[in-house]
Amino acid sequence: MIKIKSPKDFWAGLMFIAFGLFFVIGARNYNLGTAARMGPAYFPTILGGLMAVIGGIVFFRSFVAKGGKVSPIPLRLFFFITLSLLLFGYLLEPIGLVLALALLIVVSAFAGHEFGLREVLLLSVLLIILSVLVFAKGLGLPFPLWPKFLG
Amino acid sequence: MGLQFLHNLSLGFGVAFQWLNLFYCLMGVLLGTLIGVLPGIGPVATIAMLLPVTFSLSPTAALIMLAGIYYGAQYGGSTTSILINIPGEASSVVTCLDGYQMARKGRAGPALATAAIGSFFAGCVSTVILAMFAPPLAGIALKFGPAEYFSLMVFGLAAAVVLAHGSLLKAIAMVLLGLLLGLVGTDTTSGTMRFTFGIFELADGVGFVGVAMGLFGIAEIVANLEIKERREVFTSKVGRLMPSKEDFRRMWRPILRGTALGAGLGILPGGGPLLASFGAYALEKKVSRYGHEFGQGAIEGVAAPEAANNAGAQTSFIPLLTLGIPSNVVMALMIGAMMIQGIIPGPKVMTEKPDLFWGLIASMWIGNAMLVVLNLPLIGIWIRLLTVPYRFLYPSILVFMAIGVYSLSNSPFDVLLMAVFGILGHIFVKLECEPAPLILGLILGPMMEENLRRALLLSRGDPIILLTKPISAGFLVAAIILLGIVLAPAIRRKREEVFVED
Repeated sequence: MIKIKSPKDFWAGLMFIAFGLFFVIGARNYNLGTAARMGPAYFPTILGGLMAVIGGIVFFRSFVAKGGKVSPIPLRLFFFITLSLLLFGYLLEPIGLVLALALLIVVSAFAGHEFGLREVLLLSVLLIILSVLVFAKGLGLPFPLWPKFLG
Repeated sequence: MGLQFLHNLSLGFGVAFQWLNLFYCLMGVLLGTLIGVLPGIGPVATIAMLLPVTFSLSPTAALIMLAGIYYGAQYGGSTTSILINIPGEASSVVTCLDGYQMARKGRAGPALATAAIGSFFAGCVSTVILAMFAPPLAGIALKFGPAEYFSLMVFGLAAAVVLAHGSLLKAIAMVLLGLLLGLVGTDTTSGTMRFTFGIFELADGVGFVGVAMGLFGIAEIVANLEIKERREVFTSKVGRLMPSKEDFRRMWRPILRGTALGAGLGILPGGGPLLASFGAYALEKKVSRYGHEFGQGAIEGVAAPEAANNAGAQTSFIPLLTLGIPSNVVMALMIGAMMIQGIIPGPKVMTEKPDLFWGLIASMWIGNAMLVVLNLPLIGIWIRLLTVPYRFLYPSILVFMAIGVYSLSNSPFDVLLMAVFGILGHIFVKLECEPAPLILGLILGPMMEENLRRALLLSRGDPIILLTKPISAGFLVAAIILLGIVLAPAIRRKREEVFVED
């Protein structure tokens, strides 16, 4: 049986092969052209091919050279951080800066090691006041402050 | 050059001393230090975070402020290194070694002052170097054709790859990934939408601000949250700032050597503060009479790398301003900022926008002076900031990043991009693929394609043109030599040793 000696290289290799092939195959939808008149597919095909080849070398090397293990990805952390960002991004327009920020802060606070409701609320109030003053009033960014249905 | 030089400088100071520009320089330095001092946030993340703040300014004011943010962040980073032993980025790793030891011995004050003095001196000298070397270099660069530019970019990327941590192959793959991501969007020649999958927001390309903030900001927050907080801050023990006579006697030579080495290394593509500070520390350890004290709080171990990384930071503007080529990630962000302001970086900036060019250079000197004047008295505030628990810091950082990135185009898409690249950035780091080369590739992708296209059009499709033009051939050969050297076993081992410290 073949043994993976370097899991990091194994996955990195696979990742590069996947990205490389993605661009090579994606580029087939466009005109390749010639060297003298490079079409939109020309450069991506070369780069993607090169990347897949390098990925291949990294992949095969992982069976030969020893390397580190991959530590698990902190899914809980990413869940809360990503969710908080997307809530902010997609709800800012409909519900306004104040509530969107409150969501961002409270949801992202769940990613921390400890969660104190009073602390988080206090932090939210402080950051919201600061943000409204600096970004909306000071820099004049065109954000709605309150939900549409109220205004 | 004498008279012309004075004329340029007076033009520059005229611009830099305008009230508004002074104000933005001050704001840049202050904000840069404020964010840069936060543990685990280096200049790259700081600039990425604050970039949107500058969008509404005039190009000159925006660049002056960004430059201020840059050295402010760098200086803030050394404060953090000295006081809590957490480097904001790779280039302040070596400052941790002796700076933190000095702090533990109750000499945090002199260590901070030494860093400030070293940085200020180096900043002054290298600003003059920048002012002297930029014009002749830009003159040469004006003669470059597409073939030369293409090969120069290959050389720059090769240098960046060589300086990346860890595996060379993976670094090359990351550059390629960056170049490919840079090609997403509307193809300038044919008008074809490439790899946009009908997503309207991708027509203008993958926004580099969102990518940089995800890769360096979000991924960093997650990395910090992954490890439990354990910090020891030497707040009460900063004591008096002023270094003693003995300290001054011991620091001036290392500062001189650090400045010279840093200024030299900063000019190289792929160089900049990282190489400069490592190089200066290693050199100082060899030549200093106090070499045996290194690692136990030797003042030379703070003075030399701090001078070197500031000198390197300053001179790395030379390739940016004369060739339009970023030598490191910070400079890539600067190029991005220039392009957003409608300035095409390159040798023409100096002749077409002399007020911007010389104003920026003069403001660097002013910014460095502001750093010393402000930071030493304000040190108490920065230390307070270090004692703020991370559970309060990271939501605040997220708020600023989210608002900043949203305001790029007032659409949620950039926020999504940042979130996605946050996750990708984390995976990259887990797989030991350094994200810095990706950003360089992302910025250079479209430029490289454009220049290759033009070069091959001129030669009717024959790639040999890259080798028959002497300057172009020179860059390519230099790139191959660089990669070859790193692959050589002896250097490879040494390189791994150097990078193993962080």
